[in-house]
Amino acid sequence: MLITTIFDYDFMRTAFAAGTIVAIVAGAVGYFLVLRNLAFAGHALSHVGFAGATGAVLVGVAPLWGLVSFTLAAGIAMGLLGERLRGRDVAVGIILSLALGFGVLFLHFYTSFATQTTSLLFGNVLGVSIGGVWNLFALAVAALVGLGIISRPLLFASVDPEMAEARGVSLRRVSVLFLVVVALAVAEATQVVGILLVFSLMVGPAAAALRLSNRFTMALAISIGFAVAQTWLGIVMAFVTDWPPSFWITLISCLTYGCSLLVTWPGRARYRKIVARDVAPAP
Amino acid sequence: MNAVELTGVALARGGRTVLAGVDAHIAPGEFIAILGPNGSGKTTLLQAILGLIQPARGEIRILGQKATPGAATVGYLPQKRGSISDMPLRGWDFVASAVKGERWGLPRIKAEDRADIAGALALVEATGLAARPMAQLSGGEVQRMLLAKALLGRPKVLLLDEPLMSLDLRFQAGVVALVRRIQKDLGLTVLFTAHELNPLLEAIDRVFYLAEGRAALGPVDEIVTSEMLSRLYRTPIDVIRLPDGRRIVVSAHGEIDIHAHHHDL
Repeated sequence: MLITTIFDYDFMRTAFAAGTIVAIVAGAVGYFLVLRNLAFAGHALSHVGFAGATGAVLVGVAPLWGLVSFTLAAGIAMGLLGERLRGRDVAVGIILSLALGFGVLFLHFYTSFATQTTSLLFGNVLGVSIGGVWNLFALAVAALVGLGIISRPLLFASVDPEMAEARGVSLRRVSVLFLVVVALAVAEATQVVGILLVFSLMVGPAAAALRLSNRFTMALAISIGFAVAQTWLGIVMAFVTDWPPSFWITLISCLTYGCSLLVTWPGRARYRKIVARDVAPAP
Repeated sequence: MNAVELTGVALARGGRTVLAGVDAHIAPGEFIAILGPNGSGKTTLLQAILGLIQPARGEIRILGQKATPGAATVGYLPQKRGSISDMPLRGWDFVASAVKGERWGLPRIKAEDRADIAGALALVEATGLAARPMAQLSGGEVQRMLLAKALLGRPKVLLLDEPLMSLDLRFQAGVVALVRRIQKDLGLTVLFTAHELNPLLEAIDRVFYLAEGRAALGPVDEIVTSEMLSRLYRTPIDVIRLPDGRRIVVSAHGEIDIHAHHHDL
């Protein structure tokens, strides 16, 4: 049997453990990321993380901790700047490029790092060690506990910021705390799919879930379920084909989202009717 | 005890005094329209009543308590609202997201919260909309869902900031009638800001009018006159009496709607 063969290998068992931990965090955090229209914030944080990871290697620290500290710092900065970042795509883009540029510089000083660079950029879930799994587990617990604490005001503020503010919710505090959680989730996701493919784990499943259900709890569960399923399937397909798991995960993520676009809600036809009625000129 | 009480209140925003010397006593159960040209401080006044802005001078009390953000006695419908057209939630979840939303923790909805949500939806006659996606609701239906959110926890004082904005005439009349009915049923005190006067005229008890840094309460008969409104909005406005006693406000340029002619102060 394929499954029994897969689990004969230590590295496959650790890959499944690491992938599952990361997918749960990515699916849960991703739901709020997409709900808040912050999908690109996750992408941006991962780029900043690249400089942190390569810089950490240069000074002799494990790349994961460099990644975490840089994404955390960037997440806090983004949360504090908040509204002022809206519409500043150019400024944000230039900072991101600078972060990648520093990453390249750090690599230049540490030339023997070339193989690890590919892992950083595109992920290497099959290469995670047992110790790595425990690190991921600790980060996941921190991210999920943090998300659990802020989720109520976060949902309120995401759906209706003005009303939330009037009821005494500090929008800035919620935003900063959420981006701290996102930073942890991004650092986790890079361990599976790498810096460049974080979107496929954090945004793909959540975006599909938001299209398939308009109930908060259900959509959150679907988002986590999709993230876990696409990670498992990706690892299995990588085992079968010997192609990189990151390729399979991104492919499945894309297909899942594509299929979700084809699903039409009952009542969508009615929506068109309402729009037609509302915009129709008075007789 | 007054529902809303302002004593010698001065409000400043960005170092500029917006309103000064405001004294107002609003009794429980009153329906008050807040009128004034753009920039006269309507939203600032509502934010001060919510406790989001501290008065530079004076004191604001809600049912005897000092105004503080998140007071359970006050329900609020903000003027600026996030985009509803891409809201990925159905009506029930949209309303439920506001239940005790200022508390930390998981957004768990208990049985008592479910009853609160069901009650608020029933009050705004939106029980049938709860299962529908927000993005598919019409403007009037969205307004009812927002009103349901403001009614969660059964506040005693309801602050509605421009709830008629960007609604068709027939929806405007519907929203005013709905608010009036809920207000009577629950004995609420309602403060309602609007640019559009006509849909409100038959519903309101008194007018809170703001102009040139001052604000005062007055009876409808005294404020909704050609002379007062023309002075308030600095543009010629006529108040026409219909044979059945109702009033219609018409601006000199022949349009019903005052805000089409506002001059930013």
